[in-house]
Amino acid sequence: MLHTLTRVVTFIILAFSVYLFFAGHNNPGGGFIGGLMTASALLLMYLSFDMKTIKKALPFDYTAIIAIGLLIAIATGVSSMLFGYPFLTQFFEYYQLPILGETELTTALPFDLGVYLVVVAIALIIILTIAEDDA
Amino acid sequence: MTVLHWATISPFLLAILIPFLYKYVRPIHTGWFVLVLPLVLFIYFIQYLPITSAGEVIEYTVPWVPSLGINFTVYLDGLSLLFLLLITGIGTLVILYSIYYLSKKTEKLNNFYVYLLMFMGAMLGVVLSDNLIVLYVFWELTSLASSLLISYWFHREKSTYGAQKSMLITVFGGLSMLGGFCLMYVMTGTFSIREIIANVDLVTTSALFLPAMLLILLGAFTKSAQFPFHIWLPDAMEAPTPVSAYLHSATMVKAGIYLVARLTPVFGGAAEWFWILSIFGIVTLCWGSISAVRQKDLKSILAFSTISQLGLIMCLLGLGSASLYYGYGTETIYTTAILAAVFHLINHATFKGSLFMTAGIIDHETGTRDIRKLGGLMTIMPVTFTVSLIGLASMAGLPPFNGFLSKEMFFTGVLNSTELDIFNMQTWGMLFPVLAWIASVFTFVYCMVMFFKTFTGKFQPEKLDVKHVHEAPIGMLISPLVLGSLVVIFGLFPNLLAYTLIEPAMASILPNILGPDDRFYVNIYHWHGFNPELWMTIGVIGVGTLIFLMMKNWAKLAIYQKERDPLNWFYDHSLSGLISGSQFVTRIQMTGLLRDYFVYMSVFMILLFGYTLYRYDAFAIDTVNITGIDPFMWILVIVFIGATVVIPFINHRITAIIVVGVIGFLLALFFVVFRAPDLALTQLLVETVTVVLFMLAFYHLPELRKESFKPRFNIVNLIISIAVGALVTIIALSASALGNEAGFESIAEYFIQNSKELAGGYNMVNVILVDFRGLDTLLEVLVLGIAALGVVALIKLRMTGREDV
Repeated sequence: MLHTLTRVVTFIILAFSVYLFFAGHNNPGGGFIGGLMTASALLLMYLSFDMKTIKKALPFDYTAIIAIGLLIAIATGVSSMLFGYPFLTQFFEYYQLPILGETELTTALPFDLGVYLVVVAIALIIILTIAEDDA
Repeated sequence: MTVLHWATISPFLLAILIPFLYKYVRPIHTGWFVLVLPLVLFIYFIQYLPITSAGEVIEYTVPWVPSLGINFTVYLDGLSLLFLLLITGIGTLVILYSIYYLSKKTEKLNNFYVYLLMFMGAMLGVVLSDNLIVLYVFWELTSLASSLLISYWFHREKSTYGAQKSMLITVFGGLSMLGGFCLMYVMTGTFSIREIIANVDLVTTSALFLPAMLLILLGAFTKSAQFPFHIWLPDAMEAPTPVSAYLHSATMVKAGIYLVARLTPVFGGAAEWFWILSIFGIVTLCWGSISAVRQKDLKSILAFSTISQLGLIMCLLGLGSASLYYGYGTETIYTTAILAAVFHLINHATFKGSLFMTAGIIDHETGTRDIRKLGGLMTIMPVTFTVSLIGLASMAGLPPFNGFLSKEMFFTGVLNSTELDIFNMQTWGMLFPVLAWIASVFTFVYCMVMFFKTFTGKFQPEKLDVKHVHEAPIGMLISPLVLGSLVVIFGLFPNLLAYTLIEPAMASILPNILGPDDRFYVNIYHWHGFNPELWMTIGVIGVGTLIFLMMKNWAKLAIYQKERDPLNWFYDHSLSGLISGSQFVTRIQMTGLLRDYFVYMSVFMILLFGYTLYRYDAFAIDTVNITGIDPFMWILVIVFIGATVVIPFINHRITAIIVVGVIGFLLALFFVVFRAPDLALTQLLVETVTVVLFMLAFYHLPELRKESFKPRFNIVNLIISIAVGALVTIIALSASALGNEAGFESIAEYFIQNSKELAGGYNMVNVILVDFRGLDTLLEVLVLGIAALGVVALIKLRMTGREDV
């Protein structure tokens, strides 16, 4: 029962978190909230299944994800410097994309992605580390 | 850099070479290399005698820190030259003596001579410097070198105690002296003694005159072992005897005398200067001579005798400063005291140096300095006996030695001072001759004790550790013999010194009161006729002899058995009291309990902010801009307050965690009400995660402590927390009201208008977070990452050793 429910609910929560993440620029949401939401979905999985199974399913090193997230955020900031603008200058432009139609693409998005990754990773690291600690 | 500059720092340069000489030229006693320097310097300085006795001065400047007015200026006049000759002359003799005194095989000679040279250079610097700051630098170097020399045998506890004591006392004085020097700079705008004396009006009319004088005198008194700072000197006797002879009788202890003499033109003529110097001098004189009688150790007797003689010189400098008052002029009645001071300064250096050396010889040859063990050395050590006799007779003030002359002049000085009609001397002046006479009697007594106990009576070889007691080697005897013969020569022909050394020194101490062609009247005669001074001396001899003969009677007194100066009690207790007191004060506040520190912080915050609010009358409340409050807001607030108030009374941790969670969710509701959806979302999620974490932490609490706890009620804590809450509320209200009053425009308008155009987003919060103020976000994310890694490090890396954590 729990397993079945978790499978459904996790999917919904993950989808919602992705929505929150992408909607951040124009509606409530963003990297931070999306990250926390994703983390809570994953936590739910950890709660309903045992550690080993999830570790097999999600073979991520969360410490590395923190680093990747930070790197993405910093790289976004540095990239503006390459064009002679100050650190962390953001740009945006409207493009016609297939399927999505006219879409705004902004450099704030990769920055938010960095935030997202870091938040997911830290929430999971902190809770899993304390939970796994059996000393 | 002139030759004089090089001469001043030459001992330091040689000191650098000493360890190499010691290491690579082992067969030769290192002292021989050292001996050359003071000898050369002595001969070099003698060449200046004709120049200074002609009344000329020499001044060379080398800039050091010119922007601060600190220059290495050497200034050579009569007073400097007198001290230079003392330092180098006695320095030569002491080094010669130390070559025979300290064994090449057992002693670390490199240390000894490095320290000694350092001291010699520092002392030359003190007496040659015209700049107060440079003088201070050299002054502290003498303190340092002196402490190093006292603790030369550093494995002995008494040596380190004595070194620490002398360091503490002299550096205490030195620092206060630095304060005085700085005040002088404030008054005159220069550190140069020469210029200060030239602008003496600026000093005497200033309000800082008295503070500067007191601070500088503190330095001079501590260095010169004046009452009550004399207690370091007897403990400094743990130093090797050459050091005692050099530092603690002839040179360093006279640095204070030098300073007083040097600054007499600045401060002399003031009643405070006159009284402080005279009173402290005469008290030191009496105290030292009376204490010396009690001592059983040869060097202790000499130490207290040094204290007493320094008091005598100080007292004379004080009495003599009266001649600067209202330009009383050059009449001998005023200047005799200065003359006596300078003369006694020379005499004391000669006889005290020789006495220390003979005491060292006795110690070296018999293995003890205790007068209860010594006796009958007259025939065994005839040369030492002769030199000691001369020195002691001179110290006691017997004719025909130089001590007699200076004592006569001392009596003349104090008798003259009773005739002064300034500073209330008519009423209180009579005390000076009386006290001086009493001190002289005791001086006579301890000289007799020292002489008769050491050299006469029965030889007691059974009390001595040394098997064959015999006369010292000739090398060790040369220096005391030279000094002893100087005592005789100066005693028989005192006028050798009169216009070569004494008169120029007096001219330096009392400048500007001589006419262009005037000279001080310096003629020293043995025979003045039957004047009061002679009768006083006869009285001293008579009464002193009587007291010595009745020694059996008064030696039983309890006070006689006590050797240590009672003032040490104050020093020891204040030192240990300082330590325990500061520990006590530290323990009061540093309890190691975090709750106490938190109380300090809160109380400090309350006091600081409360006082600021009160002081600037900053409380304000703004009723105009208050908006209406919806009913559901009231409900939220009441639930919020209820949940908050309940927490301290909850007895179970798990309940408390849940209530904290409730507060968090209520906060999220507040955000919803105040139209902050991003905040509300974040708050909800964070609160959830936090509660999970709390639960985890609760689960991990150790078994033993798992009993439900009951928060202790503490009225003080209650008051403090209420006060903090009230204060923060008041500040928030006032800040809001005053902010409205000031009417600054909010930056929010800019964000509202530009978030779409400049950043392409409608969610203003997010636009601010990632675009306008993206750096903050970046660093906050970094903080989160660090926190996560910190948790990993804390939990995963379980280091075993305490150091590793």
